Amino acid sequence: MATLKLDNVKKSFGKTDVIHGVSIDVNDGEFIVIVGPSGCGKSTLLRMVAGLETVTSGEVQIGGKVVNDVEPMDRDIAMVFQNYALYPHMSVFDNMAYGLKIAKVSKDEISERVQTAAKLLQLEPYLQRKPRELSGGQRQRVAMGRAIVRKPAVFLFDEPLSNLDAKLRVQMRLEIKALQRELGVTSLYVTHDQVEAMTLADRMIVMNAGVADQIGAPLDVYANPATEFVAGFIGSPPTNFIDASLVDGQSGRIGVRPEHIELSDTGRITATVGYAEALGAETLVHLRASDGSQITVRQDAALPIPGEGETRGLSWADENIMRFDASGLRQ
Amino acid sequence: MAERNGMVEKRGSGLWLTHLGLIIGVAFIFFPIWLAFIASTVDQQDIVRPPMPLLPGDKLFENYGRALVSGVNAPVATMLLNSLVMALGIAIGKIAISLLSAFAIVYFRFPGRKVFFWLIFLTLMLPVEVRIVPTFEVIANFGMLNSYSGLILPLIASATATFLFRQFFMTVPDELAEAARVDGARPMRFFFDILLPMSRTNIAALFVILFIYGWNQYLWPLLITTDPEMNTIVMGIKQMFPSGDDFAHWPTIMATSILAMIPPVIVVIGMQRLFIRGLVESEK
Repeated sequence: MATLKLDNVKKSFGKTDVIHGVSIDVNDGEFIVIVGPSGCGKSTLLRMVAGLETVTSGEVQIGGKVVNDVEPMDRDIAMVFQNYALYPHMSVFDNMAYGLKIAKVSKDEISERVQTAAKLLQLEPYLQRKPRELSGGQRQRVAMGRAIVRKPAVFLFDEPLSNLDAKLRVQMRLEIKALQRELGVTSLYVTHDQVEAMTLADRMIVMNAGVADQIGAPLDVYANPATEFVAGFIGSPPTNFIDASLVDGQSGRIGVRPEHIELSDTGRITATVGYAEALGAETLVHLRASDGSQITVRQDAALPIPGEGETRGLSWADENIMRFDASGLRQ
Repeated sequence: MAERNGMVEKRGSGLWLTHLGLIIGVAFIFFPIWLAFIASTVDQQDIVRPPMPLLPGDKLFENYGRALVSGVNAPVATMLLNSLVMALGIAIGKIAISLLSAFAIVYFRFPGRKVFFWLIFLTLMLPVEVRIVPTFEVIANFGMLNSYSGLILPLIASATATFLFRQFFMTVPDELAEAARVDGARPMRFFFDILLPMSRTNIAALFVILFIYGWNQYLWPLLITTDPEMNTIVMGIKQMFPSGDDFAHWPTIMATSILAMIPPVIVVIGMQRLFIRGLVESEK
């Protein structure tokens, strides 16, 4: 267990800059999620912490020690990979024990640690099986077991759930959270799924094109996005962006979350109803504003669903308006 | 149902015809070997006086015993041993070297990596026969004529095997190497603990192919072994043939031929399961 500190970390591949300086102080035992669209540099950032990529400039500190030039194995980290990266010819037990064997831990202790981890992850019946004889969720657990047995200072997760089906993903998400709470290990978790980020994170880093647009607790980020990108990326369905000139004649754009808009006869603007998706508990109404921009309204299922082609007014409260300037920054 | 009827019909006469065709084919291929076997069990007189017998004679143990112990120029047992050493040496040496060079080419970034790979690849176009004179010169200068190292070393460098392992290593996910790195495995540890066990079916398939390649070498041993004690079996058979008006003992030669066939057959049958798995299955 340790703190983790990134100080203006930058990365470039040749002449292309992929990460333009990220800084964060991670407290001991904190769960940090790095979230962003593909290609934003989130995996690269994680791999720099792991030591699998060199740091172009800046500093990575684990437990107060600069580890820029330290090999992955000496950084006291454990990593869970997206495709699990289990050794195909080794049994589950050997997969989990491999790192310890290399570290020359005694046989008894290896066996004890693996058994403990297996119990924690409900893998006990499968210890002698090969990875190919396991289901996706079980493989995922083995990959986590391999990380746990090493008792690292920092856990690194690289999109660990993206190869699982939707139902399993939700289940494993809860398990990862519970496990991290129980073990209290500082964790860095990369995902492109904002729901994972919202549910898992103590704090999250929203990355956009190599820049950390915002770092903060999930609900803070949701309520107070720092940039138009963050407002659009976090939340599903995403925030609606409307040209301010359409509403109150100012410049820039305003963002309003779908759940903050109400359909009414008259409103701040009017829009034409496109189609409605009734999801059971709620209904998503998709409308088109007079300038052509798409607007989604999320309303309670009990409310009447407007017919296609109808023109309705949209209204929202002042406190729900998020104003962004031309460069996408919050005003 | 019509299609199924068609298949049932084929089960009748069609199936028998197919089998008959195949059996004739097998008999056709097998007949010369059968003749060789017959010839190795009879007297010299039976062979030279037509027609040749088609059933085994009573001289089986006598002929094979004579071939193994004394042979014509050298005892066949010695030649078999020489061939075995050479074939094993070539197969194991080639696999070891190509595994390591493929490992270097795929997993390490060093200057000239591509150049080296293409240089190795280029040698694919130069079989033993093409480079045989310079190779002979080198081996002769090293004083390796009539020695196992002379037989084995020039044939060890293998572009084919290097290429094969390179292709295989490239299909191994990068994350595996990274996971091993995080687990604390240094490169050679990763090679022995992860890469080697993963390539075992490929290694088995290559071993079969290379063992037979080494066993069947003819020209190279013919050039560099002048001492009959160092003859390999495949060239040895040819050496037994009479030159000019010499008298040849055909039953011994045929017994030698049959003996020469046995080790490759054992290797193929013994490793068949692994061999086929190595060729068809990509276990990742």
